[in-house]
Formats: sequence, C-alpha cells, structure tokens
Amino acid sequence: MITFTLNGVEQQLDADPEMPLLWALRDKIGLTGTKFGCGQALCGACTVHVDGFAMRSCQTFVGDVEGSDVTTIEGLDGKLAETLQAVWADLDVPQCGYCQSGQIMSALALLTETPKPSDEDIDGAMSGNLCRCATYQRIRAAIHETARRMEA
Amino acid sequence: MLAHRMNALAARQGLALSRRGFLLSATATAAGLAIGFRALPAAGSEPPAAASPFESYIEIAEDGGVLIHSSQFDMGQGSYHGIATLVVEELGCDWSQVAVEGAAGNPALYGNVAWGGAFQGTGGSTSMTTAWDRYRRAGAAARQMLAAAAAEAWQVPADEIAVEKGRLSHAGSGRSAGFGAFAKAAARQPVPSDVALKTRDQWREIGNAGTKRFDRVGKTRGEQDFTIDVTLPGLLTAVMIHPPKFGAILAGFDAEAAKAAPGVVDVVAIHRGVAVVAEDMWSALKGRDLVGVTWDESAAETRGSAEILESYRSQATNPPKAMARNDGDVEGALASAETVLDSTFAFPFLAHAAMEPLNAVARLSDDGILEVWGGHQIPDVYQQIAAQIAELPPEKVRLQVMKTGGGFGRRAVPDGDVVGEAVAIAKAIGWRAPVKVQWTRENDMRGGRYRPAYVHRLRAGLDAVGKVVAWDSHIVGQSILHGTPFEAAMVQDGIDVTSVEGAANLPYAVPNLAVGLTSTDVRVPVLWWRAVGSTHTAYATEVFIDEVAEAAGADPVAFRLALLKDHPRHRAVLELAAEKAGWGQALPEGHHQGVAVHESFSSFVAQVAEVSMLDGRPKVHRVVCAVDCGTAINPDTIRAQVEGGIGFGLGAIMQEELTLTEGEVDQGNYDGYLPLRIEDMPEVEVHIVESDAPPTGIGEPGVPPIGPAVANAVFKATGKRIYELPFEKGLLA
Repeated sequence: MITFTLNGVEQQLDADPEMPLLWALRDKIGLTGTKFGCGQALCGACTVHVDGFAMRSCQTFVGDVEGSDVTTIEGLDGKLAETLQAVWADLDVPQCGYCQSGQIMSALALLTETPKPSDEDIDGAMSGNLCRCATYQRIRAAIHETARRMEA
Repeated sequence: MLAHRMNALAARQGLALSRRGFLLSATATAAGLAIGFRALPAAGSEPPAAASPFESYIEIAEDGGVLIHSSQFDMGQGSYHGIATLVVEELGCDWSQVAVEGAAGNPALYGNVAWGGAFQGTGGSTSMTTAWDRYRRAGAAARQMLAAAAAEAWQVPADEIAVEKGRLSHAGSGRSAGFGAFAKAAARQPVPSDVALKTRDQWREIGNAGTKRFDRVGKTRGEQDFTIDVTLPGLLTAVMIHPPKFGAILAGFDAEAAKAAPGVVDVVAIHRGVAVVAEDMWSALKGRDLVGVTWDESAAETRGSAEILESYRSQATNPPKAMARNDGDVEGALASAETVLDSTFAFPFLAHAAMEPLNAVARLSDDGILEVWGGHQIPDVYQQIAAQIAELPPEKVRLQVMKTGGGFGRRAVPDGDVVGEAVAIAKAIGWRAPVKVQWTRENDMRGGRYRPAYVHRLRAGLDAVGKVVAWDSHIVGQSILHGTPFEAAMVQDGIDVTSVEGAANLPYAVPNLAVGLTSTDVRVPVLWWRAVGSTHTAYATEVFIDEVAEAAGADPVAFRLALLKDHPRHRAVLELAAEKAGWGQALPEGHHQGVAVHESFSSFVAQVAEVSMLDGRPKVHRVVCAVDCGTAINPDTIRAQVEGGIGFGLGAIMQEELTLTEGEVDQGNYDGYLPLRIEDMPEVEVHIVESDAPPTGIGEPGVPPIGPAVANAVFKATGKRIYELPFEKGLLA
C-alpha cells in the first residue's frame, strides 16, 4: 500500500510501485486532468507538483511519492493559482487545450519560485512543455501578466 | 479547386446539394425545440428522411440550455466557438446558455457545403464557410419560432417581441421570460419558410474582437475531456504493436507470457497488428513488452528517406508525368531568356505529432448499437469502416465526436486507422467489454500518415530588362489521394490537386508558365498535414520568386506587387504587412527582414519575418502578418490561429524531419522529432484586413508563408538560399 497526500487529501493506493504516477492518477484514481503525451518526460503534458516541485508524472514511479505531497491541476487553490488560471482564460491561451494542464503546472512552479520572471526565466522553466498548437506567445504573456497582477 | 472537385464527386454520386436548397424543419423533442434543416437534393425531389428525429443543429431545452450540434470537428482550431458565435448572434441567447457537441451520422444535415454538401468532414479550413449560412439560419429560425410562441401566449404581435441574452420580452405589456419557458411551444410553431438574417450593422457577436472562446475555462482547469479521458464501466485499455515497416504483415506472435502478466486480459491479432488488452494502460504496456511478434516483410517498403529523396531529385530533371498548368510556351521562353535560374528544393516527410497520441473507444451495447468515441474528422467514412469491421449495418453505428488534443489533419484518415483498431479489438475479444485503444508516442510517430516528401525543380527566365518571361515548376512526390475513396473525383489526368495547390495557381503574372507533377510510387503512408500542398508549394514558389527578384535587382516587395496587378487581395495583405513591419526601414544591427505572400484555402496571408543569425542558426525575432480571410467572425481566434500556425510552420522548417532507414522510421518521440518550443517562438503581430466577403479559412493559411519569409531573411543575412529542409540540413548543405 502506497500512501501519499493528493490534492490535500490522504490517498492510499494498492498498485505496482513501478507504475508511473501518471497512470496511477489517471487509471487508478480517476483524475484525468493530467495528460499523457510522450511517456518519456519530453513534452511536459503530465506535469504535476511533488512537494512543490514540477515533476513529469510519466517518469515518476508512484512508489517514489510515498509520503509526499502531490498536487494535480484538479487540486490547485490559493491566490497565485487562481490568478494564473484567470489570466490564462483572460488571454484566451488554450487552443486544443491538451497540454495546458502541464503548462499551468509548470508556470505555477516557476511563479512560486520566481515571482517576477524574465523572458529567459520563462524559456528555462517552460521549455520542457511542448504545445503543438504553439500557444507560446500567449503563455509567455500570461506568465508576465500574472506576475504583474500579483504585484499589484 | 478543391471545392470544384468535391462538387464533382458529389454530382457523380447523385448527391449534389444546392447551396440554397434547404428545407427548414423542427422537431418537438422530450427536451424542447430541436431545429434543423433538411438539405434538398438539387433536382428538387423529396428530401430524404433524417435517420433520427433527434438530429438537428440546435436544441433548446426547458431549462433554457442551448445545445448546438456542430457539423465541424474541433481539434483546437476553435470551430465549436465559431459555430456557436453564429448561433448566439442570430438566436439572441447568452453565452452562458451555450453548449456544443460534435454531430455525426447524417450527411444530409451536416454535409460540408464547401465540398458539395454530400458528406460531412472538417478540413481545408472550410468550417466557417460551410457553417456561415447554415448555423445563422438555424439560429434565426429558432429565434423566430420562440418569439412566435411567446407572442401567442402573451397575445401580442410577434414583431413586438424582443429577444436578447436568452430572454424574450415585450415592452408594451412588461412581460418577459427565458427561452426555456417557450421551448416546447416554439416547437409547435410553423417553421418559417425563410428567415431574415441580421445585417452587418446589427452584429454584436460576429466580428467582436473582445469575445474569448467559450470553452477556454475548462481547459485551464483540466476539465476538458478528450478521447483519452473517456471512462465507461468495465472499460479496457489496449495498446498496439504495429509492423516496423510499412506494408509488412503479421506472420505470427507469441503471447503466452503477456497473457500471464498482471492486469492483461487478452492479446489479439487484428488487421493492423497485435493488440494487448489490459485493465489499465500500465498493465497493457508491461504486457506488450512480453509479446514476441514476427512479420512478413515481403511487400514492405524497405527504402530509406534519403534514397527516396535522391530518386525524386533525379525524376525532377525528367519531363513531368502530368501537367497542372501550361500557359504559353515555357521551353521556348526559357531558351530565349537573357538569364535562367534553375533551383531544386527538397522537403522531408513530416509528422503531425499532435499532443494527444491517437486513440479511439468502441463499445457494443446490449441493444446492438456500436458506439465509437474518437476524433471523427470524417465521420461518414468512419461510420462505414466501423460498420464493415463490426459486420453491422451503418445505421447501427453511432459516432461520439470528441475534441482532440491537436490534429493538424491526422484525424482524417481515409482508412480509419485507429478507429478501425478500436472496433476490431472490441470485436476480437467478443464484445465482452468496451475497449479504448491508446497509441503511445512511438506508435504515433511511427504509425505513418506523414506530410509527403517532395522535390520541386523550378526554372525561371528573365529578359534583358529583368522581366520574368518564363516560370516552370516540376513537383515530384507521393499523391495523398491515391488509393483513397476520394481519388476518383479528386485526381484527374494524373494531377492530385493536393500536390500542386499553391503552385498551379501561382498568382504572379508570367506569360509562359508551366506546372508539372510526377506522382511517385512509395509505400510510406501519407496524409494532409496542416496547409497540405501549400506547406511545400509556398516555400518553393516564395523563395524562388525572391531569387528571381534578386536576379532582377528589384526589391522583393515591389517586385511581387508589380506581378500581382490582377490580384488585389494578395496585394492588400502584402502592402499591409510591409507597412506594419516597417519594410525597408532601419533594423537593429544584424537583423534582416524576409517576406512572403501566399493564398491558401481562399484566404490571403503575407508575413514579414525579422531574423538574425545566432551561432549559425536563424533566430526569428518578430513576425508581422496581414491576413484576409473574408468576414472576420472571431478576430481573436483568427489571431490565435495565425500565431499558432506561424509557430507550427516555423518549427517544421527549422528542425522537423521524419526520416526512414531501410524502411523503418528513425524517430520515436519528441527527442528525435522536434516541434517548436517556447524559446524559439517569435513575437507575432497579426493584422486582419477588413472585409465584407464571406468568411474563408484560418486554421491553415497562417502556416505556409512563414518558411519562405524566414528563408528570405536568412538569405539577406548570409547570402545563402536554403534549398533543403529543414534549415538545420539546408544551411549545412
């Protein structure tokens, strides 16, 4: 039995400890907001937070999050997350939307660590998140705008 | 050109529909009013009965909810939002009431008007063209019937009823009500024989630059469901083992160890390979590793991509097998020209590589209905394929159209690849459970259906004063339509329209102009890839015209404008992009501008790219784009599609390339195949030309000009023309 905190609630899971966290979340727990894109930590669609850090859940064993605090797109709360998601909608960022959970999880981790990121900071933190619709211009703008609103 | 050919197809099947031949109809459903049109056959015979009384364009429920059934599939391009905009405008409802679902199964209702109307499909950036009249009329008819029902109940004249934001009101009596209150009564009203649409000056939604996509919020909260998210009681997950070479077939497999693995339910052979069926994705993947498979490769394609392109280069020097255009006397004009330019361009295979790897779900219910969930971009074709595999009549197949995580053309496959797999697997396990087949990224990358590789040889002749007297183009590559149900109607006299679009309709005034095609026999499966023929024809023609301008000693913008006298829409976007980009004005040190203009899918786009060289690689700083796509329904969606199209096209010309070695695809994932990432995304500025023309496409037309615009800027920076894509290769060549 693997025990961890998921979106603020204790979660107990009877699963192969080598099952990627991605599939545990999606197939065992039923949280489908975290997406499968590559399975190799190359696209970022499966990004979640483990103890506050952005992690690719497709390359994280569920056994390794024992005792950790896992947050998915469904569990976001707090002023920064709410502002970020509101700005994301205000700037009409998503197109197909498939990568957007991962984009938001990465952006949130960036803004938590670096409240006023530069373009280079954004490139560094977001380069691992592919968007095949190429919504990148609006992603960049949304991160800057969130920083601005948080400062205001 | 495409529309013309599709009309020809429709006519041959006796299914041609008059664009105006709609018969309004309405149905009272359990929920309320459902409004549809029956499309009348052109001959004026009785309209065919709809397959189901519940099929319609709009349903209004007693709770006031407005459910729109979209004929157009949404892969992220915003077709649902576009269609909803038309309905909200004419119906007078509020956005908060609106939901949109994908429709399928009734081509008489949902046929694509831009393709002749005979069958349903999304592609060629036609969604707003086909929806424009149909959904505005549906909205207007529903509004009129709601108003008539309210007028009857309130005993007031119908023309005194105001309809706004989902409410009906009568100023004189002070009465008002929501749509839901009259949904049932409205369905009993006579259907208006014709409806008056709002005039341009009355529009509040169409053209409103402040409108955001209605479906955006769910996508910021992980709430948008895609095919991968479909959950059903007892649903099993299947993963595929496909042949490593295209055209290979299954010779045998050993599934003993896999079947004993935890969570694995079955291992079955189907027409496209071997499927491992399990309780969840992880069990399926682990089980798949244990399956041993042997393949019969006797009919497989065994060539590598380099070999294929090399053979194209040599074929390009021979006369073309077919001519798409032949004005004047090209060879004579080339022979007497003062200067002749002769350049050969090579384009690699490209993968769609959409973020959601391909998938589909199939379930046979107890009442004998086969439901198939997926990205049903060409639903009528998929319905037939599903029916054939399941050995059911087509009317027993119900398609559930899901939004997909990208598409770029990959969800419109004439052989219905993944859709057929889902049905075949569910059948192979005896229909005992619903099955989701989920491709891995490697399945998706190696599963075929690429933008074909092409070689173009272009020659131009200039006279002594630098006037272009001859233009000759020979395109060599695979026909996308060959072997598909569309071939008979859309490949004529050896010309696949999708191979030559963007080249055969070259807008430049050249008296002697020839465009030839040699379609090749290669067994790598190919497909339309966002912007289709224009993904290569725009590059070849717009880089070559720059080369010609250079030889003539002319400014690239002025040179093009002079040759575009009879093409005012090309001229307008080119002039606007040049003006907004400050063409010809001073730039930061080391920065250079390149330009391109191209028409695709009846929309006109010009782009000016500002580029510098950084470590031998182009860095694109800014792209200024002007677009004319007729009436702008959602300016912000247009901007988004063009921004994204530029990023999509830029990634492709910079670094995307799918290669094969001895018939096997080399790339498996995003480490080998390299779409654009955020650090390479330029700042994009989009200017929309005001237009009264009917709306045309915007999902694709932003893609084609970016490659040549950047290449033309790189030439200014380096003096080097890039003849081989991607740039990484062409700059080294």
